This record gives sequence, C-alpha cells and structure tokens, in this order.
Amino acid sequence: MTIPHPAPETGPILGKLSLEALPLHEPILVVTFIGVVLGGIAVLGLITKFRLWGYLWTEWFTTVDHKRIGIMYMILGLIMFLRGFADAIMMRLQQAMAFGGSEGYLTPHHYDQVFTAHGVIMIFFVAMPFITGLMNYVVPLQIGARDVSFPFLNNFSFWMTTAGAVLTMISLFVGEYAQTGWLAYPPLSGIAYSPNVGVDYYIWGLQIAGVGTTLSGINLIVTILKLRAPGMGLMKMPVFTWTSLCANILIVASFPILTATLVLLTLDRYVGTNFFTNDLGGSPMMYVNLIWIWGHPEVYILVLPLFGVFSEVTSTFSGKRLFGYTSMVYATICITILSYLVWLHHFFTMGSGASVNSFFGITTMVISIPTGAKLFNWLFTMYRGRIRFELPMMWTIAFMLTFVIGGMTGVLLAVPPADFVLHNSLFLIAHFHNVIIGGVLFGLFAAINYWWPKAFGFKLDVFWGKISFWCWVVGFWVAFTPLYILGLMGVTRRMRVFDDPSLQIWFVIAGIGAAIIAAGIGAMLVQFAVSIWRRKELREESGDPWEGRTLEWATSSPPPDYNFAFTPVIHDLDAWYDMKTRGHQRPVDGYRDIHMPSNTGTGMILSGFCLVMGFALVWHIWWLVALSFAATIVGAIYHTFNYKRDFDIPAATVTAVEEARTRQLAAGA
Amino acid sequence: MPSNLPRFSARLRLLPLLAALPSLSGCGLIVLDPAGDVARQQGDLIVLSTVLMLLIIVPVMGLTIFFAWKYRASNKEATYRPDWDHSTQLELVIWSAPLLIIICLGAVTWVATHLLDPYRPLARTGPGQPVAAEAKPLDVQVVALDWKWLFIYPEQGVATVNELALPVNRPVRFRISSSSVMNSFYVPALAGQIYAMPGMETKLHGVFDKTGDYTGFSANYSGWGFSNMRFAVKSLPAGEFDKWVAATKASAEGDLSRNTYLKLEKPTHKEPVRRFAASDPQLFDAVVNMCVEPGKMCMHDMMSLDAKGGAGIAGIGNVRQVTYDKFAARGTVDAARWSMRYVAAYCSSPVMSNDRPDAKPVAPEKLKGEGLPHPSKPERTALRAPAAAERPLS
Repeated sequence: MTIPHPAPETGPILGKLSLEALPLHEPILVVTFIGVVLGGIAVLGLITKFRLWGYLWTEWFTTVDHKRIGIMYMILGLIMFLRGFADAIMMRLQQAMAFGGSEGYLTPHHYDQVFTAHGVIMIFFVAMPFITGLMNYVVPLQIGARDVSFPFLNNFSFWMTTAGAVLTMISLFVGEYAQTGWLAYPPLSGIAYSPNVGVDYYIWGLQIAGVGTTLSGINLIVTILKLRAPGMGLMKMPVFTWTSLCANILIVASFPILTATLVLLTLDRYVGTNFFTNDLGGSPMMYVNLIWIWGHPEVYILVLPLFGVFSEVTSTFSGKRLFGYTSMVYATICITILSYLVWLHHFFTMGSGASVNSFFGITTMVISIPTGAKLFNWLFTMYRGRIRFELPMMWTIAFMLTFVIGGMTGVLLAVPPADFVLHNSLFLIAHFHNVIIGGVLFGLFAAINYWWPKAFGFKLDVFWGKISFWCWVVGFWVAFTPLYILGLMGVTRRMRVFDDPSLQIWFVIAGIGAAIIAAGIGAMLVQFAVSIWRRKELREESGDPWEGRTLEWATSSPPPDYNFAFTPVIHDLDAWYDMKTRGHQRPVDGYRDIHMPSNTGTGMILSGFCLVMGFALVWHIWWLVALSFAATIVGAIYHTFNYKRDFDIPAATVTAVEEARTRQLAAGA
Repeated sequence: MPSNLPRFSARLRLLPLLAALPSLSGCGLIVLDPAGDVARQQGDLIVLSTVLMLLIIVPVMGLTIFFAWKYRASNKEATYRPDWDHSTQLELVIWSAPLLIIICLGAVTWVATHLLDPYRPLARTGPGQPVAAEAKPLDVQVVALDWKWLFIYPEQGVATVNELALPVNRPVRFRISSSSVMNSFYVPALAGQIYAMPGMETKLHGVFDKTGDYTGFSANYSGWGFSNMRFAVKSLPAGEFDKWVAATKASAEGDLSRNTYLKLEKPTHKEPVRRFAASDPQLFDAVVNMCVEPGKMCMHDMMSLDAKGGAGIAGIGNVRQVTYDKFAARGTVDAARWSMRYVAAYCSSPVMSNDRPDAKPVAPEKLKGEGLPHPSKPERTALRAPAAAERPLS
C-alpha cells in the first residue's frame, strides 16, 4: 500500500479527465459497473420494448402534479437508499474482517470514500427526498389545495435534487468521491490535502441538490400559508402540515448557510482563497461552526415531518382526537427555534471554555422538553382509544420505544464532560442511527404504509409488511447495541483496521444485525412487488381505508388530477372526521371548469444543463462549464417566454371523472 | 478536595439496574472503568446522567406498552373516549416532568463542565488526594503529524513518536497542536479528548492513578493513514518514569532539530516508536505558529503586523512566507532570497511564548456556591466595584 500521489495535470479539452480516472484497478467497482451497465441496458430495453418513453415523458418527467412529483421523490429516495445501504454493508463487512493484522478487503482510499458516500447519500439523497416527497404528496391534499403554489418550480426542484444525486453516483465510476467524512472538514477537504476530484464531486453534488431543496422549501411554505381551504386557520391545520411548515422554514433558513459555506470552500479549492486553510489567517474552525449551524437544524428538518406522521397515525389508529393539539404545535415551534441554539454541541472538544460548553449543552437538553411533551401527547392519544395494530401503528409503537433510547443517549452526549469521552466514538454513531433509523426511517415506513392506499388505490400487503417490520426492528437493535458497547470501550468511528482482537465479536454481531436489516429491506421490496401483483384483491374503493380524520381521505384513491372537485370548507381540526360525523354528502353535480398548470420539460432540461456544468466543474473542463452555464441561463430566459402555462380541465371531464367515482362508491357500499 | 459528584454516583451504582455495568467493564468498558481520576469522573457522570434520565424513560416505555395493550381494539372492556383531547393537569405534568429532569441534569452539567474543563489545572489526583499548591504538573507537548504522534517532554529534554510514558499520580499538562489537519488527542484511560488543530493550541489536564499499559489514538478522521494513528501509553511508577527518560535519552536516534522535525512531518503511516533528544525549547511554539520551516513567517508575527494595520501593498511580498499549508509549496521558499525584509521593518515584538503559567486551581466548592459569603452579608462589599471616588480617573 502506497500513499496516494497528487492530482493529475489539467488539459485544455478534457480538463483533469483521462482514462486514468476510470477505476479499472478496483475489481469491486468494475464488477459493480458491469452490473449497473447490464441492469441499465435491461431497464432501457424494457422501456423501449413496451413503448413507455412517451408515457414516461408526458405523464411523469414533465409533470407539475404535486402527487406525481412526490412519488418520483420517493422513488429517488428508494434507489439512493439501496446505494447508501450497500455502502453500510461494505463498512460492516470491512470492520468485521480487519482484525489481527488483516487489512480486510478495502484499501483506505476505497473505504474512506465508502463511509463519506454513505453519510452524504443517506442524509442528502435518501432522507431529504423521502421527506420532501412525502410533504409534496400529502400537504396539498391535507389543506384542500389543487397543487402547490409554484408547480413548475416543484418539478425543477425535483430534477435539481436528482441531478445532484446523479452527479454523486457518477463519482462511483468516473474518478473518486471525497475521502473526508460526510461534512468534509477543512483543512483535510482543502486543495492541499485533498488535491483530487473527490471533494469537488461532493461540493457540486450538494450545491446542485441544495438549489432543489431550498426552492422546494420556499414552495411548500407559500403553499401552506396561501392555499389552505377556507376555514382552515393556522390552529386548524393538521399536525403533519404544521410540522411540514416548520421543517420548510428550517430548510429556507438553514440551507443558504450550507450553500454559502460550500461556496467559500469552493473558492479555497478553485481560486486559492484562504477562508478555511491554515494559510494567511484562514480558519478551519469557522467552517466547522458554519457547517453545523446548517447541520443541526438539518436533523430537525428530517425528523419534524415524521413527528407529524406519528401524530396523524396515532390519532387515526386510536380512533381518537389527538391529545393536546395546541401543545403539540407549540412544542414543534419550540423545537424549530431551539434547533438554532445548539450547534456547538457537535464540537465541545475543540477547546471552547466551560461556560460556552455548558450553555450549548443545556440548550441541547432543553430541546428534549418539547420532544418529551410530544411523546406524552402520543401516549395520551392512545389512552382510552381503540387501537388498531395496522402496519403504520406498529411502526409508530416501535418508534416510541426506540426513539426514547436514542433521545436519552443524545441528552447524555449533550453533557460536555460525557461528550469528551464519547465524542466521535461508535457510541455517537449508535446514537444518531438510533434517532435517524428509529425516528426518521420508522416514520417513513409508517407514512408509506399509511398513505400508499391513497396514492395507488390499494393497500400494501400485510404479511410481507410484518416480516419487514420485525426484521427492521430486531436488526436495528442487533446492529447498533454492539456499537453502543464498543463506544464505551473507547472505539472511535471511521476506523478501517483494528488491533484488539477482543473487539471482533462485537463487529461480527453488528454485521449480523446489518444482514437482518438487509432482510427487512428485501421483505419491503417484496411487499411492494406482491402488493402491486395482488392489487385487485387489495383494492381500496372508498378512498378512506383507515377511518381517516384529515382531508386527504375525503377524496378518491388515487385522487384525481385536481384533487378536489369542490374546494372543501373547514369547520374543525379533524376536517374529514368532522364532515363524516356531521353527515357530509358528496356533491354530485354543478361541476365547473378547473384551472390547472400545464406540464413542461423545462425543469428536466435545465437540471440536465446543471448536471453537465457540475461534471465540467469537477473535472476543470472550462469550455464545457461556460457552455452549460450559458445554456442554463438561456434556457431559463427562454422558458419565461412560454405562455402555455395553464389550461382548464373542462367541466365535462370533471363530471365524467366524478360520476365514475359516484358509481365506484355505490358499488363499494 | 473531594467533590460530591462521584460519591453520589458511586452510591447509585449499587442500583440493581446498573449492577451489570461494572461487571461488563471486565470485558473492557474502559470509558466507564478508566485508570485516571478525570476519566473516572467523566465515566461516573455518564452513569449518573443515565440514571437521571431513566427516571422518566422507563415509565414512558412502560406506559407505551401498557396503553398499547390495554386499549387494543379487541379489548371492548376498556373505556373509549374518542373526543377526549385535553386536560390541563395532564398537560402541566407532561411539560413539567421533563423540565424537572432537565433542571437537575442542567445543574449537574454546569458544575461538571466547569470542574472537568480540560483547560483547568487539576486540584486532585483522586478522591481525597489534593494536589499540593506548589506542585508543578508534568508538561508534555503533543503534535499530531500525518499519521503519527509526536510527544515532546521539555522538562526532560526528550521526545518520542507514538509512545507516551507518564508517571502515575502526577498531574500532566498537555499542550496540543497539529501540523496539517484536524485530529483529536484521546487516551480513554486517562481523560477525555481534545482536538489537535493546525495553527492552534489546545490544552488538556489529566492524571493516571493506576499503572499499566494503555492505548491512545486520534479520535477525529484525518485522512489516508488515520486507522493506524495509534500510540502506546505507559503509566509508570515515578522511579520507573525516570528510568524511562534515561533510557530514551540513551537510545535516542538523534536530536529533534527543526530539520529532523520537517522530515518527520512528511506523511507516513504505521510509524514505529522513535526516540529523540529534544533540545530546541522553541520547537513547539514554532509548530503552533507554523514557522518551523526556515523562511516562513510565524503566525504571531503576521498577527502583530496585521494588528498594526498590515503592510499594505508591500505585504504581497510576504504571501509565500505565510503559505504554510500547501505541501506543494513547502521547501520552495528560498530562505536567503525571501529574507524577512518586509517583516523586519514592522515586527519588533519578541517571539510570543504560549508557555504561560496556568491559573491556580479553583476549589470546586466555589462553583456550587459553598463557602461563599451570603450576598446580603457585609463581607460581600469587598467584591463590589469601588465607589466612584476611589476609581482612578481615566
């Protein structure tokens, strides 16, 4: 093993790009590449064979329908999840093997990319698309809107997120990814210590996706504030919409910090400024502060919408109004504000004074008060309810039991002297996987099982759902309990090889846990496949399979393009439950034309230009940077002259759709 | 000066729930069962905080399971109140119960964070074993290099790579820096970690109260050779430590001159233990100020230049001298050509030494208010600001 050599020369045509950039010396990557190429050819071949290109283009890629964009976000998240999980399996395998002088099977160059990519992908390209997709799908339906405020922007946001993900995936086969850890602390991520293209892939992947995330945040805030159905005051909004609003406020307030920080790092790397270098008075610690001022709110961006999901699910499946709605809303707002006052707890160990550390430690603990209140609210929603243990409710109970442990270890890490011995240890790794898997992922699985019938008109298969549930919950604890223990043994993160043979057994157990989780993921994919296969038997005609309480259950499953033929009027918090108990009659005539936005391919095309620009920037292909930048700007200006932005769904079409629905309901009754 | 904290948590250890923890430490839970007083207090704090939080976590988990079972849909006996969604008393309880726990934990945090501040000189080497006021801690200067550790003992005049020997029961003061990227200096058996960062100096105080062989490592990923950035730590009886110093001097492969340091600094991994004589008292300060290489301007000189308003356009001449970071740029400065011609005119301040004496240990009671005069009592007047007449005119 030799220490890697510095960056290649830069040419005028291809920049730093040359045949050497292809990782032909890495058998793992070559085999993966062949697999991806063959799989890709198969998929493209099938799409061509079944003549689906036109369908995909007109119905999906160019769509501005929030429901379809939401589903596309979920598919993006799922695909990237498989990649991120493959990285996780590789790490667990390496760490279970590399004992007693064994180097394992990954070189440092490869292993360091794997753990960096795992973190970046799981946060930016799995969790973020999942929650954005969920909010996109559900929020307009919950507030009785026909779409989001800016439908084209929504399509553009999705494709920018995808472009970021694609650029990150390209790094697998062309060049390399960053070897810096998922937050790329300088000076390590500076040009002096990371002279190759890995960090550039990191920067441009995140910058391109960040545009999408920020714009989607703005879009959803405006949607929630401006498009609520008449009668839905802020304190009559469903809790999921409330938590989405807070999460999107956090996105809009914090992602610009990430963008600015990465711009400064980019300037350091590309034009020789010294914001974060050791030279000329640069301050690497400034980067660490800035990245965590974004990074900590980011954690709450991920988890808040899922808190909303748990509220909806608990209330629905307990057949009860949510306990303490008002305190739930204020708890959410408290968390939103407090999430900006805690960032320093990520680096107590960088030498701040005791008073500063105490301040940030205590503010961190204070967050556990509103979070605890939320937990009690769910608990007392179950109290004196009639709890039906459908899959979403099972995930919610699993969340409550798992998340409290993660919350407890989190508060423990907020005690600075405890953090001095646990910082960067595997205890920390176990903690944040405990809250992200136990909170975010379990919540997503609850949400997928809960809203799938709404999106597709049939329920998910329960048998495979339960197998997946038990594999996930058991697998999680088998995989991460050993990491808690290893952390208390003083084992630090991101290690590739170990000296002490007595540790190996714990890593083997953790590896077994990862395998059980893999079975859980497999069962989930089978669950989707089986449900699609048996969709006739699992058909759900009423549009309200769970005795729902919020507006999305008032319309058909899947909802028509326009969501609601008549905009509902809201009188109560649980709007649909209120309508049902007051004997609401579905209107069957008097339909009018419905004004809707038109599809456009501009979002995908502009994002394509940005993707090319990102690639060219990574490889210093300056002519292509100029060209694709010009194309992006010209394309955006050209789109402003597109006046075919909207159309009316004629009343006749609405009538036909709604009459079909009337017949369907009559047949189901 | 025993603090109440460890005694309290030691008592809590008797709880049956946690009886398992010490037995587990047999298989190496070094964080909970370390060999130094500071780390032990930190470990005890983990146990204490966990117990405090379990006071609320266990009932919540129990209630979750109980409610889920009791109010299952098939249990038609259970009360069902679909419209019950508010209770002011319950709301008060669910907000105040976590609040009370956090008030307790917050108080513990405030005190413990100050007591166990890594910058704070040690007041004791163990429960009931105060450090004598005139006792001087052992100084060790630590430099994280790519990918190995350099330890300089200025008092003993020796330096080692990847081997740290310390006398037991003597407080140690570490001054820590790094040559290139961020690392974290961590010996779990001794005390908590602190980052080693280029161009900056951090401090850590610790003491061993048991002899033995332990390990230390970097706890912050620092690049390609990070996994092997580990070092042996020996806690030795006082006499043995002196022998170790003598043996190190005898077997030294040479003097740790600046040139030797510059060679040592180059990236290597799996570096074996190496021993040097150390005679350059300024080396560590030069490392912190990034001016070990001849011709580089020390950071404190640049700062004092900037404090005076900078060199203006003439300062461009200094750029290469303050470009420390880029390996590609190292060794390219021709010391003769780039003599300190711009600096000399501006920089008259002497080399600033970071080797300042630490503040005297503070009695832990003060942090908790014990022994301080009551604010209403007359003794307090001495602490008040001087009356206007007494204030010197400015």
